[in-house]
Amino acid sequence: MKKFLGFIIKEFISIFRDKRTMVVLFGMPIAQLIIFGFAIRNELNDATIAFFDQSNDYMTEQIKQKLVSSNYFKLGANLQSNGMIEEAFKGGKIKEVIIFEPNFAQKLLKDGGAKIQIITDASDPNMAQTLLSYTSAIIKDYQTSLNKQSDLAPIIQSEVKMIYNPEIRSTYMFVPGLIALILLLVCALMTSIAITKEKEIGTMEVLLVSPLKPIEIIIGKVIPYLLLSFFNVITILILARVVFNVPFVGSYILFFFIALIFIMTALSLGILISSVAQTQQAAMMMSLAGLLLPTIILSGFIFPISNMPLLLQWFSNIIPAKWFLIIAKGIMLKGVGFDHIWKETLILCGMFLFFILISIKKFKVRL
Amino acid sequence: MRIILFILRKEFIQIFRNKQMLPIIFVMPILQLLILVNAATFEIKKVNVHLIDRDQSTYSALLREKFSASSNFNIVNSSFSEKAGIEDLSKNKAGMVVIIPKDFEKDLRNNIKTKIQFLMNAEDSYSSGISYSYGNSIVSSFSESILSQALQGSQQQTTPTIDIEYSHWYNQDLDYKKYMASGILVVLITMIATFLTSMNIVREKEIGTIEQLNVTPIKKIQFIIGKLIPFLIIGLFELAFGLVIAIIAFDITILGNIFLLFGLAFVYLLVMLGIGLWISTVTETQQQAMFIAWFIMVIFILMGGLFTPISSMPDWAQTVTIFNPVAQFIEIMRRVLLKGSGFKDVTTQFSLLVAYAIFTLSVSIFRYKKVSD
Repeated sequence: MKKFLGFIIKEFISIFRDKRTMVVLFGMPIAQLIIFGFAIRNELNDATIAFFDQSNDYMTEQIKQKLVSSNYFKLGANLQSNGMIEEAFKGGKIKEVIIFEPNFAQKLLKDGGAKIQIITDASDPNMAQTLLSYTSAIIKDYQTSLNKQSDLAPIIQSEVKMIYNPEIRSTYMFVPGLIALILLLVCALMTSIAITKEKEIGTMEVLLVSPLKPIEIIIGKVIPYLLLSFFNVITILILARVVFNVPFVGSYILFFFIALIFIMTALSLGILISSVAQTQQAAMMMSLAGLLLPTIILSGFIFPISNMPLLLQWFSNIIPAKWFLIIAKGIMLKGVGFDHIWKETLILCGMFLFFILISIKKFKVRL
Repeated sequence: MRIILFILRKEFIQIFRNKQMLPIIFVMPILQLLILVNAATFEIKKVNVHLIDRDQSTYSALLREKFSASSNFNIVNSSFSEKAGIEDLSKNKAGMVVIIPKDFEKDLRNNIKTKIQFLMNAEDSYSSGISYSYGNSIVSSFSESILSQALQGSQQQTTPTIDIEYSHWYNQDLDYKKYMASGILVVLITMIATFLTSMNIVREKEIGTIEQLNVTPIKKIQFIIGKLIPFLIIGLFELAFGLVIAIIAFDITILGNIFLLFGLAFVYLLVMLGIGLWISTVTETQQQAMFIAWFIMVIFILMGGLFTPISSMPDWAQTVTIFNPVAQFIEIMRRVLLKGSGFKDVTTQFSLLVAYAIFTLSVSIFRYKKVSD
């Protein structure tokens, strides 16, 4: 045990000695959280649109006014001909063009109908759809205001309550996601590199002939990172609470307990990678290039898993971050207890065991 | 020139000799492209609905019918208590709860205004907003149909209606894959090229071979060119390969000029290789290099407009993205590839990239010293 402790102390010293890594290790999660908490938005906000108004009467003026004064749109250009639309889209700034037919007000009042044409730049399909639905809603709204006198106002109203996120802020969704992303990558990356490094520069042999058992060597290598990651979780959580006011409804103890399990899963993934990779370069490419995008995309961090094709929904089950995200959101935003998340927790434990078992099988005592 | 060729040969032999790295460099990105593009969608499929019908009348049954007939909803459960509904939300069994109030039909028949309540699981603020708007439109069309029924017989007045026509250019079916494929491809080639360069020189430092190179008559500039070219070639090759895959798998048609695209990609890769090289010169170990590369890359990717539109960011963040080469190149790819934009439409991005290429390469050449500490 004393030998083992000595080994852990050695590991700590060698990590703390490397100042640059320390800065990145502690600074990065904080920097990322702050940048993303403030910068990543999913809501429509000041999209640039253009008008092609062939009528220029008081009604089209009112509609244009209504559109631009909502927070969703900002006027980019007034076009003069159909031919200018293509030009406007290719230049990139303008996302939507709204065309009013000639004699708009006159037609609307006299013939009871007038036409508005909306053309979107659907090279970003999501943006196109959102723009179209917001624009239509505003125009419909204008139409209803015209009809007010004729008491055709809708008789059934909808009332909505946004549960768990009443102000509809996307930060609520991104913060748990960032915790998962940072933890997974830091843990998997750090351990896989640390162990492969010993292999590559040859010091692993020195360790293997020492009286420490291989399992002790691995645990000793991993424990410092476990503590560092745990420290990271606490910092991120404090920041999320203080800077972004992300609510924390559930139990802190439960959250830290699950975070610990997730960290262990990520560390064991790192160990697995290191037992496969021969060089640090290979370890890095596997844990970084291999895990970064799948974790961002398939974990439900940005894209809701329920929207994916069935095959991929199924595939996403092998992404550890997916399970942690469900748990983290559940505890932080919904305040659920262990009875709601025991399944997810069990899956994480299962992954942990699986990674460890394979690594033990792959780990060669002789090089 | 001959010296550069020798370095190139050495680098290529080293890359292709490593049997473990080859699949990582060439197969993994393509696999990721094929899988991830399918997953990256905001398109909302069906929302699971928990219905609470407190009226149990013909009207409420009609409304229920409308919801279950809609392609956007899927009624999975119904009950009489709000608590049971919220329980379903918290278990992720339902995405929204729809509550039809008591006396719904009675009120409507007597022309009294009534209210349908939606409880949304707004963890994911974006999807919940969209689902609510779908639900709302069902309710308002139901409301209209009730009204017009009531008005039948009485004088049917004509009301002015604005007819909205729409068309989606460049991507009529709003196929998300076309949009995502270009962006994800950029990220993949960027990761490969930048990570490999950033670890390359520092690896020679760590295992000590850099000293052998330092005592050779190779000039600094030759050395750096020799180190960069292999990754430039690999990057361009993967871009080409990825594009072919995207054309086959995701049905993308390249609208713009392919030579323009590769010319711009060349400049872009120079920027990213310059950054990789810079990382390589300021770090001592591969571990450090990797960490810094990761830090920069995550920020570049998440702030690159790949997943969330840059135009939705706050103003200061939009300004910051000017300094993000990944954002510039993703924009270029989308414009040239999907919209057929020409060179004049991307001159801003092009000049930015040229400036960054000159800057990063000169900084890293300046930083690199042919002496070891």
